[in-house]
Amino acid sequence: MELAEGDDRIYLLVADIGFGVVEPFAQKFPARFLNVGVAEQNLTGVAAGIAVTGKIVFTYSIANFPILRCFEQIRNDVCYHKANVKIVSVGGGYSYGPLGMTHHATEDIAVLRALPEMAVVAPADPVEVRAATRAIVAHPGPCYLRLGRAGEPIIHDSAVKFQLGKAIQVRDGDAITIISTGALLQNAIHVADTLAARGIQSRVLSMHTIKPLDDDAVLAAARETRAIVTLEEHSIIGGLGGAVAECLAESGNSVPFKRIGLPSAFSAHIGSQEYLRSQSNLSPDGILNSLESLLAVHLV
Amino acid sequence: MNSSTASMATASTELLANRIRRRAIKMIHRAKSSHVGSVFSSVDILAVLYEKILRIDPAQPDWTERDRFILSKGHASAGLYAVLAERGFFPESWLDEFCVDGGRLAGHATHVGVPGAEVSTGSLGHGLPLACGMALVGKRESRPFRVFTMLSDGECDEGSTWEAVLFAPFHRLDNLVAIVDYNKIQSLGTVKEVLDLDSLAAKWRAFGWSVLEIDGHDFAQIEDAFGEIPARPGSPTCIIAHTLKGKGVSFMENKLLWHYRSPDEGELRLALAELGES
Repeated sequence: MELAEGDDRIYLLVADIGFGVVEPFAQKFPARFLNVGVAEQNLTGVAAGIAVTGKIVFTYSIANFPILRCFEQIRNDVCYHKANVKIVSVGGGYSYGPLGMTHHATEDIAVLRALPEMAVVAPADPVEVRAATRAIVAHPGPCYLRLGRAGEPIIHDSAVKFQLGKAIQVRDGDAITIISTGALLQNAIHVADTLAARGIQSRVLSMHTIKPLDDDAVLAAARETRAIVTLEEHSIIGGLGGAVAECLAESGNSVPFKRIGLPSAFSAHIGSQEYLRSQSNLSPDGILNSLESLLAVHLV
Repeated sequence: MNSSTASMATASTELLANRIRRRAIKMIHRAKSSHVGSVFSSVDILAVLYEKILRIDPAQPDWTERDRFILSKGHASAGLYAVLAERGFFPESWLDEFCVDGGRLAGHATHVGVPGAEVSTGSLGHGLPLACGMALVGKRESRPFRVFTMLSDGECDEGSTWEAVLFAPFHRLDNLVAIVDYNKIQSLGTVKEVLDLDSLAAKWRAFGWSVLEIDGHDFAQIEDAFGEIPARPGSPTCIIAHTLKGKGVSFMENKLLWHYRSPDEGELRLALAELGES
């Protein structure tokens, strides 16, 4: 809202989603708000058409809707035209856990990361969300902003330095580096603090930008700590873990490495985000369990 | 076209259309590429648009108040490139670089590095939503420009096309014109055989468009149709142009084969003779 106040190029387009969220914008800026109806392909094509006239267009929906249904519009109409379209999806990972498979956004990072021109951002807490929103408006070209749900705890101080493509270090140590994206950062910190109590000092990085990846932070972790794990509420194929693995494999650094995320499988369970995280070993205990073998082999 | 309807006013456009056809078929022959039939059904409309209708300035291809033309049936790009060269957006020599290694012009309409080419298309069903976005900005900001897009009939199978068909009248985009190049042949057969669009005009009308049906090879009718825009204030205009695939070359007309086949030397010679190359 503040950004739209100060920049009349900003449009908000929705595909009939956002009850209780989009009304203030719609009322304050009716000429720059548009509900296209339940039609995500048209949402994205219209957004690109508006953007190429010199506007900054946010498309907003939930889970996979603004991404998969209209993926070719994102590739051809948005990315190829370097259209200034910012795709915002609420419901990354299992945020809409009980609603079922259709509402689990678990491959979004992988597919959008593969597109030329597209920046991919998954902030960890409300402070990062706010900073990331400003950053993507300032960044010319296509961006994807992956949000969780409302109510994530505040982790960072509001003065934290946020820059697209630069990880934020929230814990330091030389034993293990946990690179986390999105709201699982809280669990990463929990795990790091538990390990610290056992005398194992860990580095924790909030990798809010998956593309462009902060290669420097990854390679520094490879040099300065004894193992790297990635943590994401997303398939282990092609997301943060894939991006970090690509960076490490081509760097020539040899470092013990593990991806923690979702297997390439649809969830067999029904339940809340917390429940589904625990079923997928993404709860603090689950993450610790996944780490034990790495710790046993490399850190004892 | 029927010579009895020809007039001094349309004679130069007819000549332009045939120059575009000759250019396009040479490009397609040289590149051994396809879609000559799809180009030929659309060329007469392109000629009228680019000679008489579109408010564009080849010296300022990015002029902000220019009319926009989107070739949604991006596979007919050879005709678009040829008419852009005719209008002086880029040198005619670029046309020799169509679809060849290291060339400038891609086989489907591409805007990158091509002045005057508004957007890139090639996957069907993308042009009308893009056009709606541009037209929406035009209406909301009371800007003078108009947005034209040409669709194939096969493209009217795409769901995304119908999302936009539903959208445009609701938002009263009377600065938007959709032209359907209704040549009745799509990729694997006739439209009737593949997925019949019968009562196409009634379908667009039912969605709220103002619809004109014309002979897409009658220059006077084409010009008259574009002269009526918006045909009804407050509504987008759909021009359903009844056309012939391969129009202008007797052995290509109404033949599915020429969606794919690239003319060989002999066919090129015969076609050029029919198209009046001296």
